[in-house]
Amino acid sequence: MAVLVNETTRVMTQGFTGAQGTFHASQGIAYGSNYVGGVTPGKGGTLHPELNLPVFDTVAECRAATDADASVIYVPAPFAADAILEAIDAEVPLVVCITEGIPVLDMVRVKRALAGSRSRLVGPNCPGVITPDACKIGIMPGHIHRRGSVGIVSRSGTLTYEAVAQTTAAGLGQSSCVGIGGDPVKGMDFIEVLELFLADPETLSIVMIGEIGGQSEIQAAEYLKRENFAPGKPGKPVVGFIAGATAPPGRRMGHAGAVISGGRDTAAAKMEAMAACGIHVADSPAALGSTMVRALRG
Amino acid sequence: MNIHEYQAKELLRRYGVAVLDGHVARTPEEAEAAAAGLGGPVTVVKAQIHAGGRGAGRFADDPGGKGGVRLAKSPAEAKAAAAAMLGHTLVTKQTGPSGKVVNQVYVEAGCDIGRELYLSLLIDRDTSRLTVIASTEGGMEIEEVAANHPERILRAAIDPASGISGFHCRKLGFGLGLKGAQLRSFEAFVTAMVRAFHEMDCAVIEVNPLVVTKAGEVVALDAKVSFDDNALYRHKELEALRDDTEMDPKELDAARHDLNYVALDGEIGCMVNGAGLAMATMDIIKLYGSSPANFLDVGGTANAARVTEAFRIITSDANVKAILVNIFGGIAKCDMIAEGIVAATKTLHLTVPLVVRLEGTNVELGKKILAESGLAIIPAENLADAAQKAVAAVKRAA
Repeated sequence: MAVLVNETTRVMTQGFTGAQGTFHASQGIAYGSNYVGGVTPGKGGTLHPELNLPVFDTVAECRAATDADASVIYVPAPFAADAILEAIDAEVPLVVCITEGIPVLDMVRVKRALAGSRSRLVGPNCPGVITPDACKIGIMPGHIHRRGSVGIVSRSGTLTYEAVAQTTAAGLGQSSCVGIGGDPVKGMDFIEVLELFLADPETLSIVMIGEIGGQSEIQAAEYLKRENFAPGKPGKPVVGFIAGATAPPGRRMGHAGAVISGGRDTAAAKMEAMAACGIHVADSPAALGSTMVRALRG
Repeated sequence: MNIHEYQAKELLRRYGVAVLDGHVARTPEEAEAAAAGLGGPVTVVKAQIHAGGRGAGRFADDPGGKGGVRLAKSPAEAKAAAAAMLGHTLVTKQTGPSGKVVNQVYVEAGCDIGRELYLSLLIDRDTSRLTVIASTEGGMEIEEVAANHPERILRAAIDPASGISGFHCRKLGFGLGLKGAQLRSFEAFVTAMVRAFHEMDCAVIEVNPLVVTKAGEVVALDAKVSFDDNALYRHKELEALRDDTEMDPKELDAARHDLNYVALDGEIGCMVNGAGLAMATMDIIKLYGSSPANFLDVGGTANAARVTEAFRIITSDANVKAILVNIFGGIAKCDMIAEGIVAATKTLHLTVPLVVRLEGTNVELGKKILAESGLAIIPAENLADAAQKAVAAVKRAA
């Protein structure tokens, strides 16, 4: 089962013949995922010189010819929103945008286009989505993952790898890992991914990693209280962590989303709200795995 | 990217946003001439720094004196006010205790204030839309109003497909208690602001206070504009407004090398790949009893040159007593980072203890390079081990 991607997912790449698109598609193929082709406008009708897969001018053509049901975007930031809009227009069910640095007003338009569309967007500014031993879409190092029972959802890239390494070391492994990205306006947010994890029989527990800034972790915690921890609900153990407890207010810490502005978006406020909703909050980013082991023992 | 009030008002004026007449001055004489040119019974001299709270702020060398916004009843008074500000350090709630040096003042015409309101435009994460926020509580810190009187905060989220419409302005305007000509003036004001926000790719525009004059006109008394850094590539003309003197010199240096660096006041210098992991590394240093000297995200394409620049900037901070490198290689390859660390350590003749934790892509190669370098690098097995070793190194040095 797992979520979003599995053994049958057919992946296409936008920005296919560029350095990033080429490298990460080859890594995805080496991992055993099913990459079927891609798009580079102007190079349609050729074969990718290194990967020997077909190149198309448009997403619609690529989808029609390859039956791709997921598209990963490595297009540079000035053109990335356009690439996402094209994938939405072609009704690609899953769009994963890795690109960092997209202007926020571009994402506001993209978000509007997603409403009522047939597409789900993961990212931008994210590591991507992986279901271990089945399908790797994105830039995460595949070898640290083990197929298992923990669903991981995170706003941060490399901190997700930390959670992966720790749950692998703890012998639990991952069902799927979803990096939702560090931008303030993005595709799927915590709640939408958590909904999938709660419904997935292979996911027995969840790690959620947030950051300072915004309210989405608190909304997600309240969602879990209602839909997971309430009587008659799945009751899957959830471990949480919020990065940025030491970040000074008002300073942007790399991610455009990571600015503390009001009172409720500090690390302390978020961790408190998560704990109050029934989430096991790890006090250290090195304790994600051990906190999960304890949570599973009950 | 932030800009000064005088720059913000000049830009907003081009979009038809109502602002008062004014001139920037860099000497007391210029301020005097500006006040004389504006005429009128009263002018206002305002310190230009990238921080709010100027009126209530105090100058470091005159803590009992007036703040960074002063009324002047004559050109001579404007000159004196400018002389008291220019070259002096203004400390406000937002500058931190070290304050900011005032290099220019804005001399602005006075106005007949009827009511003081609040208005800002930003991207609201909850709705993913450009949102206009208004409040009757002008001149107050909006965070405090939001915390204590959330009902006094009005919002209008703008659908990007249909844009700003009359009803948005009526919803806010009636909510603020405006009527008749005031309402029409407000609608023109908000519509112009929304256009300015879009066309300049702003991150935030804040007008506090927004003034309704006794004549019923809606005018921006203050204006804070910041731009979306990710969109600056399509606004080359705005780059010229950047004021490097407002930035921390180390941060400026880092920005020139494409490194994401924020100076802090602790003692362990950090070099990490990824913003989330970099924040988490700072957090765990604190947890083990020390404090981070900086946030530094070296990014996914770290090579020897970037690592050397990063180390140079980290060690230019005299408070740094140890360096912690935490790399979880995804795109970044541990062997490339290790080669960078070895080269940087030799080039910079590094003397502070250096703790290195490598994980992820090509980790075995990376560890081998460090071990065979013959350098006194302290290897760490995982995140907790790395933080403990860095904190221990600082405690030993103390």
